[in-house]
Amino acid sequence: MYQYNDFDAAFLAERNRQFRGQVNRRISGALTEDEFKPLRLMNGLYLQLHAYMLRVAIPYGTLSSAQMDKLALLAEKWDKGYGHFTTRQNIQYNWPKLADVPDMLDALAEVNLHAIQTSGNTIRNVTADHFAGAAADELVDPRPIAELIRQWSTDHPEFQFMGRKFKIAVSGAENDRAVLKAHDLAVRMVKNDAGEIGYQVLVGGGLGRTPMIGKVLSDFVSKEDLLPYIEATVSVWNQIGRRDNKYKARIKTTVHEHGIDDIRARVEERFALVKKTFGGYDQVLLKEIEEHFAAPAFRNAPTTEFDSAYDANPAFRSWADTNLSDHRAPGYAIVTISIKKHGDTPGDATADQMRVMADLARQYGHDELRISHEQNVILPHVHKSDLPAIYAALRDADLHTANIGLVSDIIACPGMDYCALATARSIPVAQQIATRFDELKLEHDIGHLQIKISGCINACGHHHVGHIGILGLDRAGVENYQITLGGDATFDAAIGQRAGPGFAYDEIVPAIERLVLGYLELRTDASETFLAAYKRLGMAPFKAYLYPEAQANAA
Amino acid sequence: MPRAFTPKVITANALLEGDVIYLTAQDTWTRDLSEAALLTDEADAQLRLLDAAKQVDLVVGVYLADAVAGENGPEPTHFREEFRRTGPSNYFHGKQELSPSSV
Repeated sequence: MYQYNDFDAAFLAERNRQFRGQVNRRISGALTEDEFKPLRLMNGLYLQLHAYMLRVAIPYGTLSSAQMDKLALLAEKWDKGYGHFTTRQNIQYNWPKLADVPDMLDALAEVNLHAIQTSGNTIRNVTADHFAGAAADELVDPRPIAELIRQWSTDHPEFQFMGRKFKIAVSGAENDRAVLKAHDLAVRMVKNDAGEIGYQVLVGGGLGRTPMIGKVLSDFVSKEDLLPYIEATVSVWNQIGRRDNKYKARIKTTVHEHGIDDIRARVEERFALVKKTFGGYDQVLLKEIEEHFAAPAFRNAPTTEFDSAYDANPAFRSWADTNLSDHRAPGYAIVTISIKKHGDTPGDATADQMRVMADLARQYGHDELRISHEQNVILPHVHKSDLPAIYAALRDADLHTANIGLVSDIIACPGMDYCALATARSIPVAQQIATRFDELKLEHDIGHLQIKISGCINACGHHHVGHIGILGLDRAGVENYQITLGGDATFDAAIGQRAGPGFAYDEIVPAIERLVLGYLELRTDASETFLAAYKRLGMAPFKAYLYPEAQANAA
Repeated sequence: MPRAFTPKVITANALLEGDVIYLTAQDTWTRDLSEAALLTDEADAQLRLLDAAKQVDLVVGVYLADAVAGENGPEPTHFREEFRRTGPSNYFHGKQELSPSSV
């Protein structure tokens, strides 16, 4: 993992010192809210419905156990004992007091964490494949390049007052687990015909009120050209992107209006200028960074304990079948810890649970944790022989829910329960759907199914790319939920299609139940997932389950 | 024809805690919507909004929110304001966890 050098530590200390001064001046009345707001947003501090909210970056989703312990401390000391992991690999604290925030930031700095550029019209926290460095299908660990992008984009003078925010995601694996095509810019590590590692660059993806799938800007950018190429891209957009309308200011609109070929030509032209200014130092830095991400010393040991527990304990077997993924090292597995217990708030972990996960990482997981955009926590490097002990510890902490990739593993934004932008609630809808399918005991039979819920059109809950997407709206002063079907968050990315009229708050859970039970009737057999069945059959048969009355009237 | 003015309360967030607050008839701030002044005259509401917004060292994001007279003072007409006066629905946090006497 990346460890701050003296420069990084001094930079962050100075930034925190400045923000402390800004907070003090706001409290004394020397700064008005209009003056203070852009300053606090640059440091991750929002004002939400009931309180301030501090959004802390977890760069490319990677945490050490010491960092996770610190997140627990913040939750306990300055919040209400829990934190909310988000779809952007951040953690949000929902109840900090303004005067405490500088102390929170200083505490985070002790473990190389910050809240810089988690808001505002800047380049935001760089996200990555949450299995980075561990996945069996990975070509190269994308985190060194993600760290390089983090350092380059932090306080980058050209990109502090852009027309809108800019989100970058990176992946080095064959399967896309980072929703690359829903980002302003995405970097996908690839190998060319000559066997060299380079990067495919995608641009212009995004969700929100105008969802767009990212397009290929370049199929192969060499290692030494990547940073200037990204700089050229952001620079082009920063110049020609629209500033007259905030809903048309993101790069997806720029790409849509100018066309990808025009953007590519402009980027190439700009790149020729930018490249000269780089001088190769970024590659020296990248080499240093790469050393921080050296793979841990994996051990070669038998997996007997795992095999016998798998045979003997059905609960362990169910959890192992659902929550483990293939690791690149023999005898190892990737553990996804569900923080989606049925009926609980998706993405919330208590301080105690954070400490349990930190301890497990320290004891069994080479000191590493990951946060996924799916709002779960990952132990990326676990030897299989340790899994029975890990499972037992997770069970004691109520973290053993076996539902990864299933109907109750729901992404949900904070919605109207917290967010000042929301138009409806999303958390209680997620809680009720998960509880209902747990009662039905059908979850494992239903198989892989992603439900994603947003409480407003801005789509933090990724509803557009959910197999089933739910969008909460305010219709004449009442919560109303629209359903979309057929969205796909993988590299085959697709935007879900709206099924029809929305449902009232008390109708949405029964509607989802009819839909999913209908799928069980429609599928060819258990191997055909919801998404595959939708792709084969189209909207009509699913719609019949959602709107049985319309069907009856038509008959 | 302009739409008829509907009753409003003046609301904001407290600068230090971020907590939801309301303006009373005495031009002080309260945490409790039922103690807020229900403003029925548009000119009066606009003037008091301007005065309230000037208190930059106390409050953030002052605005007029629709409300109706209830048995125990003003009540919200929209669910957003209902959440603001109560707290989130997934945890017993925010205003609902505090007894009326402690706010």
